[in-house]
Amino acid sequence: MLAHQQQHITLPEGSIEKQTTTLNVGPTHPATHGVFQNIMELDGERIVSTEQTVGYIHRAFEKLAERRPLNQITPITDRLNYCSSPINNMGWHLTCEKFLGVQTPKRVDYLRVIIMELARISDHLICNSIVGVDTGAYTGFLYVMQYRELIYEIYEEVCGSRLTTNIGRIGGFERNFTNTAFTKLEKFLVEYPKVLKEFENLFTRNRIFMERTIGGGAISAERALNYGFTGPNLRAAGVDYDVRVHQPYSSYQDFDFTIPVGKTGDNYDRFLVRNQEMWQSLSIIEQAYKKVQEFKGADAEIFHADVPAYYLPKKEDVYTKMESLIWHFKIVMGEVDMPKGEIYNAVEGGNGELGFYLVSDGGRTPFRLHFRRPCFIYYQAYPELITGGMLSDAIVTMSSLNLIAGELDA
Amino acid sequence: MALTNQYIQEKLQEKFGDIVSNFEESYNVLSFEATAANNLKVLQFLFDEPSLQFQFLTDLCGVNFPDDAGREISVVYHLHNLAQNIRLRLKIFVPVAAPDVFTASNLFSSANWMERETYDFYGVNFVGHPNLKRILNVDEMDYFPLRKEYPLEDQTRIDKDDEMFGRG
Repeated sequence: MLAHQQQHITLPEGSIEKQTTTLNVGPTHPATHGVFQNIMELDGERIVSTEQTVGYIHRAFEKLAERRPLNQITPITDRLNYCSSPINNMGWHLTCEKFLGVQTPKRVDYLRVIIMELARISDHLICNSIVGVDTGAYTGFLYVMQYRELIYEIYEEVCGSRLTTNIGRIGGFERNFTNTAFTKLEKFLVEYPKVLKEFENLFTRNRIFMERTIGGGAISAERALNYGFTGPNLRAAGVDYDVRVHQPYSSYQDFDFTIPVGKTGDNYDRFLVRNQEMWQSLSIIEQAYKKVQEFKGADAEIFHADVPAYYLPKKEDVYTKMESLIWHFKIVMGEVDMPKGEIYNAVEGGNGELGFYLVSDGGRTPFRLHFRRPCFIYYQAYPELITGGMLSDAIVTMSSLNLIAGELDA
Repeated sequence: MALTNQYIQEKLQEKFGDIVSNFEESYNVLSFEATAANNLKVLQFLFDEPSLQFQFLTDLCGVNFPDDAGREISVVYHLHNLAQNIRLRLKIFVPVAAPDVFTASNLFSSANWMERETYDFYGVNFVGHPNLKRILNVDEMDYFPLRKEYPLEDQTRIDKDDEMFGRG
């Protein structure tokens, strides 16, 4: 039977049966990689319509943020896109710094770039290898996990935790990078390119993989823009919008890199764009590491800006200096008043433009904080992407969109 | 010609007169206010006008100002002209008693869920929205939780049974 032909049986008149089958995919299903529910109407294996339900893990982050001082909001941002928490953390710090008018030293910017690009690699790595899993190739996923582990070890060395990192502080980092952190970074820079090359060999020209992904879940650039796509998903449709280039933050203007774009916006192009971005991220990390190494002596000890109202003083100073004690108390108790005003600031997250809209009435906590969560916005397009296609393609489309339930539900 | 905030402001004032007001610039982003009845006209003009082309809706969210009588609920649109790379912020204010705002979902597909989210948390009634129901909270909820009248739980309360939380 040809694929475009109707597959349903004709029911006798007066039948109470439907012509289509209703299938519940989710809320918890191994193929959704998160808590998503889709109630699909199927005609054979072809999708006639789908209705999405989201919000299963809504945790009221925006309400919580309204009674937390700025530095206590960072752990909330961890739990948005938990595949690349450091980018969320940095995005929040950068928003606060821009709002408060804090200038960070160059070395801090470069260290942040290293961490953010590592996070981007680990985010893309998960997404692309999961696309592999959903098309039946588990090997790639298991193989690259080892290197995500190495990235997590670097986080651990810098901030002490792995998944919900709470990395950095307003003004810089909580401590300087240790030598072990740099050694691990060097190991990553040496070993990872070979792994990525092998990962590409496994998929990029693999006939089964290509046939499963080419043409599935395609979207035109015009529709993608109208749907508010950002990040790799928008770039796969052919629009070269990248916050790192359009509104450089954390000294991204000092780095030399290109924005990979696709053409058709289908699952295969999204996969290719993410792979290309990982190569770009690697090159950015190399450049940043080189720049970091140029700081010698006292300059190599700089890891934060001077922001007494938000950056905790050294512990020995708290015990010996009156002013440090006062600031320590004010920060810990959340008694620092913010300036009045409003700001929208965005960073290029793992899956798109992650924005923070902060409204302050001059109090100690934000009056209103809204997170622009990229996947909440582009997940709306999912029915349009999969209707008319096969159920098995819908699963691949979902994983190639890089949906993270934690971010979607806030 | 590079698009500037000043040009956008002049263009809007020339076209809409009193409908647009309160222009201010913070952190290089121009923000202004429009009357609630005309939000769609302003958005459509910003979208269509060849010299403006604000065709990307970055973000849409609500804000609650309980002390501002008659203007308690605000809807904030963040627009982006990607070609010229310039952002713009549009605000609409409506009274909490009748929070009616025209939907932008016909102009921007992305507005659909963002408006549902704003309805869910602030109770803004988006007139003409194709499917205005709760999105992140349960359907049975009968209040709008991000409004300021619903404070977060008092953390010093002592009437909780600690045993239920493993601290007995």
